[in-house]
Amino acid sequence: MIRRLPHPGIAATTAAMVAVALAVPRVVDEFELLQLTVFAALCILALSLGVVWGYGGILCFGQSAFFGLGAYAYAVTAINLGESTGAVVLAVVVPALFAASLGYFMFYGRLSDVYLGVITLSVTLIFFNLMNSTAGDAYRIGKARLNGFNGMPSLPTLNLPGDPGRVLDPTEMFYLVMALLVIVYLGLHALMASHFGRVVIAIRENETRCELLGYDVRLHKLLIFTLGGGIAGLAGCLFANWGAFVSPTVFSLAMTSQIIIWVIVGGLGTLLGPIIGCLIMQYLTTMFGTQQIANTNLIFGVIFLVFVLLVPRGLVPTLARLGARAFGPPRARDVT
Amino acid sequence: MTGAVLETVDLSKRFGGVEAVRSVNFALAERELRCLIGPNGAGKSTLFKLLTGQLRPTAGRILFQGHDITGDHTHAIARRGIGIKTQVPSLFNALTVREHLWLSARRTNPAGRAREIVDETLERIGLTGRADAVVGQLSHGLRQWVELGTVLAGNPTLILLDEPAAGMTHDEVARTAELVRDINRTHALIVVEHDMQFVKMIARTVTVMHQGAVLLEDSMDRILKDSTVRDVYLGKHGGR
Repeated sequence: MIRRLPHPGIAATTAAMVAVALAVPRVVDEFELLQLTVFAALCILALSLGVVWGYGGILCFGQSAFFGLGAYAYAVTAINLGESTGAVVLAVVVPALFAASLGYFMFYGRLSDVYLGVITLSVTLIFFNLMNSTAGDAYRIGKARLNGFNGMPSLPTLNLPGDPGRVLDPTEMFYLVMALLVIVYLGLHALMASHFGRVVIAIRENETRCELLGYDVRLHKLLIFTLGGGIAGLAGCLFANWGAFVSPTVFSLAMTSQIIIWVIVGGLGTLLGPIIGCLIMQYLTTMFGTQQIANTNLIFGVIFLVFVLLVPRGLVPTLARLGARAFGPPRARDVT
Repeated sequence: MTGAVLETVDLSKRFGGVEAVRSVNFALAERELRCLIGPNGAGKSTLFKLLTGQLRPTAGRILFQGHDITGDHTHAIARRGIGIKTQVPSLFNALTVREHLWLSARRTNPAGRAREIVDETLERIGLTGRADAVVGQLSHGLRQWVELGTVLAGNPTLILLDEPAAGMTHDEVARTAELVRDINRTHALIVVEHDMQFVKMIARTVTVMHQGAVLLEDSMDRILKDSTVRDVYLGKHGGR
C-alpha cells in the first residue's frame, strides 16, 4: 500500500510549511512573494487531485474543471457584490455542487475508470470552449462581463470579511494562502485517518470487498469527489485573486494535464507528494519560461515519460522507501 | 428447527443461452450448517453471487429473515447480515490483516468496541502474530483465513463460504473445519467445497447441485451412497 506518512512526517511537513510562511516575506522581494503565492495556491489544487486520485482511486482527468469553476464563480460574484466574502464561499460551493452532480451520474451510473477519465476530461474541455465563446456584451452575469478568451480582468481581490474597503496586501495574501494550504493538508490527513478515509482507501484497493462488507461504495466515492471539487474550487479562487484575473485557460488541456503530472511526479497516494510535485514543476516552468532555453511543454513531456517509466511511484514514496532502507531497521518485506 | 433464515423461490439466472441457476428452491434454517457440492459449473458460485446481490436473478425471489432482498444492492444485503468469503479471496492487498478486520468490525461498532472485536477475531483465526502483515504478501492459505476473519468481524447472521479450504495443507484444512464448526454455534453457514474430506468433517445436510439445479438434498452418508451423485460428481474422481 501507499502508506500514510508516519506522524513525524506530517509534523515535519507542517513545520516546514509554517517556517516558509513566516520566513519568506522577510527575505524575498514582492515579485518572488507573488510567485510563491501562486505556487502555494496551485499546491492546494495538487492536493485536491492527490486525494481524489491517490486515495480515492478516481482518475479525474478534469480536475481543472472545478479549479476553473471556482475561479469564475469568484470573479462573477466578486464583481457583482463588490466584496469578496460571498464570492469565496461560492467559489468553493459551486464547484463542489457541480462535482456532486457530475459524480452522481458517474458513480451511481457505475461507470468504469476509463469512462470516468474520458468524461471528466471532456467536461473541462467543454468549459474551455464554452468560456472561450462568451465574448461580447450578450454574455454577462449581472454586472460581470465574461469576455470570452480575453478573460475577466481587474477583479476585486480579497478583502477582510465584510469590509470591502480593507483589501489584503500581497504579504497578507501570502500568509492567507499558506495558512489555507496547511489547513487543507492537515485536514486531509485527519480525514484519511478517520473511519470515512479508511473506507475510501479500502475502496481504492477493492470495491467489491467493500460492498460485501456493507459499505456503500458509490456514496463514499461521491463524497470524496465532491470534496476534491470544493478544494480545487478554493484553489481556483486563490488563483483568480493572485492575478486579479481569470481567463478560459484555467479549463485548458495544458492546465488539467499539469495537475496530473504534479501528482505523478510527487507520488500518488501521499499528500506531500502532490505538493512537492507541484513546486518542482512550477519552478521548472518559471525557469524555462523566462530563459527560453527549450520549449516548456517538451521538457514537461520528457519529465512525465521519465517518471512513468523509471519512477512510477513518484518522488516521495520512492525517497521514503530508499530512506527506510538506508536508515530504518532491516525489514523482511518491502511494502508495495 | 425455527423458521428459515434464508429461502430462495424458483431462483434462476440465465447468461444468454446458458441457465447457470435453474429454479432453485433452497431453505436454510437458523444456525444451520449446509454444505453445497457439485461439479464445476454446477452453479454454486453463481448462486452465491445471486444471494449477495453481485448478480441479479433472471427470475425468482430471495428471502432473508422474511425480507425480500431480490435485486437489492450488494452493500444493502451485506448490511442485512449476509457475509461472504469468495472463491478467490477478495481482499485489500495493500492493507494489513488488522485493517481488514477493523474495517469490517467498525461499520457497526464504535471505535473502542471495534478494536476489541479485532483482537478477539485475530485470536480466533490464529493470526495475532501476523496482525500487521500486509495481506498482499501472505500465502493463499493465510489469505483464506484473513478473509474468513474479515467476514467474522462483521458478525453477519448468515455466512457464505466459497471453497474455504482451497489451497490449504492437511493441517490447515483440519483447523478450518474446526473453525467452521465453532462459527456454526452462533451463525448459519452455507459452505461450498470440493474437498470431500473437508465436507465430511463438517457436514450434516448436504445439497448437491448439478447443471444449475438442485439434484438432491440429504445427509452426508446417503449422499455418498447415492448413485446419481456419484455419476455426476464423485464419479469424475472415481479412483480417489
